[in-house]
Amino acid sequence: MNILALFIIIPILTIIGILCTKDHVGTRLVSAIGMGLQLITSIVLIFMFYAERNAGNHADMLFMVDYMWFQSLNIHYLVGVDGISVAMIALTSVVSFAGVFASWEVKDLPREFFISLIVLATGVFGFFISLDLFTMFLFYEVAVIPMYLLIGLWGSGPKEYSAMKLTLMLMGGSALLLVGLFGIYFNSAPNGGQLTFNIMEISKITIPMEAQRFFFPFTFIGFGILGALFPFHTWSPDGHASAPTAVSMLHAGVLMKLGGYGCFRVAMFLMPGAAHELAWIFIILTAISVVYGAFGAIWQKDLKYINAYSSVSHCGLVLFALLMMNETAMDGAIIQMISHGLMTALFFALIGMIYGRTHTRMINEMGGLMKVMPFLAVCYVIAGLASLGLPGLSGFVAEMTIFVGAFQHPDTFHRVVTILACSSIVVTAVYILRVVGVLLFGPIRNEEFNSLTDAKWFEKVSTITLIASVAFIGIVPIWLSDLIRMSLKPILDQLSSF
Amino acid sequence: MINFSYTIWILIIPIFMFLLLGLLGMKFKPIISGVLGTIGLGVVMLLSYYAAYQYFFQLPRIDDAYQQILAHNITWLNLSASLQIKMGVFIDPISVMMLVVVSTVSFMVHLYSIGYMKGEKGFQRFFAFLSLFTFSMLGLVVATNIFQMYIFWELVGVSSFLLIGFYYERPSAVAASKKAFIVTRFADLGFLVGILLLSYYTKSFDFLNITGPVGIEVTRNLTQTFLGMSVATWALLLIFMGGAGKSAMFPLHIWLPDAMEGPTPVSALIHAATMVVAGVFLVARLFPLYSFAAPDALTVIAYVGGFTSLFAAVIACTQFDIKRVLAFSTLSQIGYMMLALGVSGYGGEKGLGYMASMFHLFTHAMFKALLFLGAGSIIHAVHSNYMNEMGGLRKYLPITHLTFLIACLTIAGLFPLSGFWSKDEILAAAYEHNKLLFMVEYLVAGLTAFYMFRLYFRVFWNKEPHYHHKPHESPLVMTIPLMFLAIASIFAGFLPFSKMITSDRLPFESETNLMVAIPSVAIGLVGILIAFLLYKKDNVRVEKIVKGLGGVYTTIYNKFYIDEVYMFVTKKIIFNLISRPVAWFDRHVVDGFMNGIAGVTVLTSRKIKGAQSGQLQHYAFFFVLGAIAFALIFIYLWQ
Repeated sequence: MNILALFIIIPILTIIGILCTKDHVGTRLVSAIGMGLQLITSIVLIFMFYAERNAGNHADMLFMVDYMWFQSLNIHYLVGVDGISVAMIALTSVVSFAGVFASWEVKDLPREFFISLIVLATGVFGFFISLDLFTMFLFYEVAVIPMYLLIGLWGSGPKEYSAMKLTLMLMGGSALLLVGLFGIYFNSAPNGGQLTFNIMEISKITIPMEAQRFFFPFTFIGFGILGALFPFHTWSPDGHASAPTAVSMLHAGVLMKLGGYGCFRVAMFLMPGAAHELAWIFIILTAISVVYGAFGAIWQKDLKYINAYSSVSHCGLVLFALLMMNETAMDGAIIQMISHGLMTALFFALIGMIYGRTHTRMINEMGGLMKVMPFLAVCYVIAGLASLGLPGLSGFVAEMTIFVGAFQHPDTFHRVVTILACSSIVVTAVYILRVVGVLLFGPIRNEEFNSLTDAKWFEKVSTITLIASVAFIGIVPIWLSDLIRMSLKPILDQLSSF
Repeated sequence: MINFSYTIWILIIPIFMFLLLGLLGMKFKPIISGVLGTIGLGVVMLLSYYAAYQYFFQLPRIDDAYQQILAHNITWLNLSASLQIKMGVFIDPISVMMLVVVSTVSFMVHLYSIGYMKGEKGFQRFFAFLSLFTFSMLGLVVATNIFQMYIFWELVGVSSFLLIGFYYERPSAVAASKKAFIVTRFADLGFLVGILLLSYYTKSFDFLNITGPVGIEVTRNLTQTFLGMSVATWALLLIFMGGAGKSAMFPLHIWLPDAMEGPTPVSALIHAATMVVAGVFLVARLFPLYSFAAPDALTVIAYVGGFTSLFAAVIACTQFDIKRVLAFSTLSQIGYMMLALGVSGYGGEKGLGYMASMFHLFTHAMFKALLFLGAGSIIHAVHSNYMNEMGGLRKYLPITHLTFLIACLTIAGLFPLSGFWSKDEILAAAYEHNKLLFMVEYLVAGLTAFYMFRLYFRVFWNKEPHYHHKPHESPLVMTIPLMFLAIASIFAGFLPFSKMITSDRLPFESETNLMVAIPSVAIGLVGILIAFLLYKKDNVRVEKIVKGLGGVYTTIYNKFYIDEVYMFVTKKIIFNLISRPVAWFDRHVVDGFMNGIAGVTVLTSRKIKGAQSGQLQHYAFFFVLGAIAFALIFIYLWQ
């Protein structure tokens, strides 16, 4: 059996398993086992991928499976992975594993909660293995829809408003995306023949330039909305603020990465001509995202808002690096996706745990948490240091690779935007240290907080998994970097043909 | 051929100690953590000494020059076809010297801390952080390439942050740690851009390449200019900005005095002897490049160094917190080192400034660590940082008193203590290149002697205040490091530096220039004499002088209001004029626009939903109307 099928089958079996359970203890146990298996499978996948490559299989995509799905439109269930998708799958399984443990004690309707969560994860897994535009879009929608329920039902604060806003904006993105995908589809056979959704097939032909120019912005912005591209990022602060912990983790950690992944796998890979022509517009927008998000974060007082703006900044860097279109920068972009995914999941997990104890997310109402919950506080400091790019943690590797890559363009425009993007490392330090200083250090501001307890075992499982991953990438980045690098070639060839 | 591969243990031991004490420290008794950390560092120190011995005395020289050896070099990350980040151990005269300095001071501080930090909450954490810092600093000095240096540079920064904020319940410590990190981070931005710019042209990060003939040739021949300066000068000035941040050169010096909020052993280790000289080390490391490709940048470095040394010495004369006096003194001394590099040429006797800078770095590490540890011993005894609350301590703290006096005499540059030799070389180098800076340094020498002896007389002589507890001498574990460092301060000056550490790695003969040395000692003595007259006994002369100076004194006392300027820029401009409008813009304009779209949609649907009223007569009416409209269209337009 094909290993990729497991990424769809395991979640489905887990959901069936959850339906059979009677109480919340069984539910969480089944979810944990399911996601644990998923994590193991993805590690096995990495080894299998390496084994296959070492055995001399240099196909662009490995483990491909192709089923005809809808004959008349030539829609296939076509899956396959390269190094980049393998890395993204590993990220998804780590985050969803940690997410289950972070929501161990969900009180209301635990069964429904875990089912929605796992459906969401399934959508993401499906997206990363798809090589057919239609299947990819389908999985994308599978991932977005449960979000509405998860925020609307289990969220906090103005949850109906936020859920609505988030879903509608992402649906707006889907609409643009759909136009873009159909544009690609109807231009996939310029010399006659059968139209196709197959990404690998389409990459071999050249879509007419007029069509590229028209459909590239639809596709790029469509995915960009999910990747928090300025000025389409405003769903992110409200959505994250209201979402329950595990949903924020999965959403910021993984779902936002679908945007970046789609941008290069679909928009740039299939329409390289337009990517070159229009890159400058998006480079400006992403450079704004990077700096604007960072400055936006300085002024916030709600922990989740701070992290949401910080995500805007970090995800902006992903798209920024992709648009630099050279090996180093794109490598950095993908490391940044993974690094940010882990880091932000860690942040949201910790914020959820702190909120669960103090019942506030306002930093000025808290203080001195280091004293009462040292474990969580130390984890928060580590997450903060990763976020501000401390060497030895993943953020540094990603940022440096991006900056070195972006600096390969010697013209003034690229130099200016690159230096602007570099300056975000200072602003990031400002808001991270501000939060750490107010929230964790100093005297305890609220007497009631003296009686709070530190992390429980399942919370430790969740945070340690994420911290270990962040540190692993930070200390031995060469494995991840080389894994990604071997798969960048087709995309770079495609881009450099223009 | 001597194998230096064992030097990797110099890095492995401290990081292992960090992980051990950081993860399991709470399981041990505090004293065990301290002893473990100290023993680990002791081994590191011995390994460093052994490496230094082998390098300077056993390793054969090639064409009389000391070799540059890559003991280890592994690829850490591939960036592009030509650029890789490597991690390794680079052995050359300055890295070996720095290994000795860092491991010696770090070991002394470890030992001292067992006594000083006794009974503190977080004793284990303190030792874990000290190990982390030592690891980072050692990694920095043995870096084989500029990117490895940057990586460890950042790690050093964060260890400094963690240690300054060690007393995290104290708001002032938290603020100081934040300030230190952000100011140096800002400087590191320059460093990073400088690295990117430089490596874009040299196609390499490796020191062997970029400071070798090829790198120099490439950098020298860069024709691109930006705002009238060559790209090479820009790149090297930006890199110097990083160095200036770490070494607290004006105007990036503001974090260092505040960093004194950290425990005193930390101030001795990080903020006096090792980390703050990283900037000097950086410039020294890239010195061939500066010297050949960007002499303009060297001139800037000389003036920045010279100005900082004067500026800080003036402020040091007015401060009352003994640690702050020492902090400003550190600034001033690092200014000396920078100035020496700035006025130096490359090769042979022209490289006198380079040699002098490294020499002063070495001796300064010893006597400044001694001063800080001595200050720690004083603070330990009287539980205060303020010299107003001290006086007459020579009776109670005999060992501290004696060692402190030695340190004061050393920093004042009296013959034959080590400070005399190294400072003399700097003055001689300045004398040959730049008379203005030379005169400034004479003035600074006098000021240094004055403020150090102001401190000394104020603390150990003068009027005795009423002590709540009778001050007592510190335990042996604290005084042994003092004695060791005092001996080092006395004798370090006799090391033949010009035979060991020179700009082109070739030994040369250096002579003491009596024309420079005698006046400098005389100026030092004058400074001491003035301090003696003013502070030996409690008297009204000081107050009279302060009154006479009026506003000038207040300005100096408030450090020329530079902190206030920074406060204004960060609080008012960055927070209120950038961040706040961005946040507002985001919520009201960008998000408002999105909500507006939603609002319009809702409004439109409200308006047209009337059409679906559910009343039959409406539908019938519209049906007839539509039918008539279609009929008209068909009749008139279709034909």
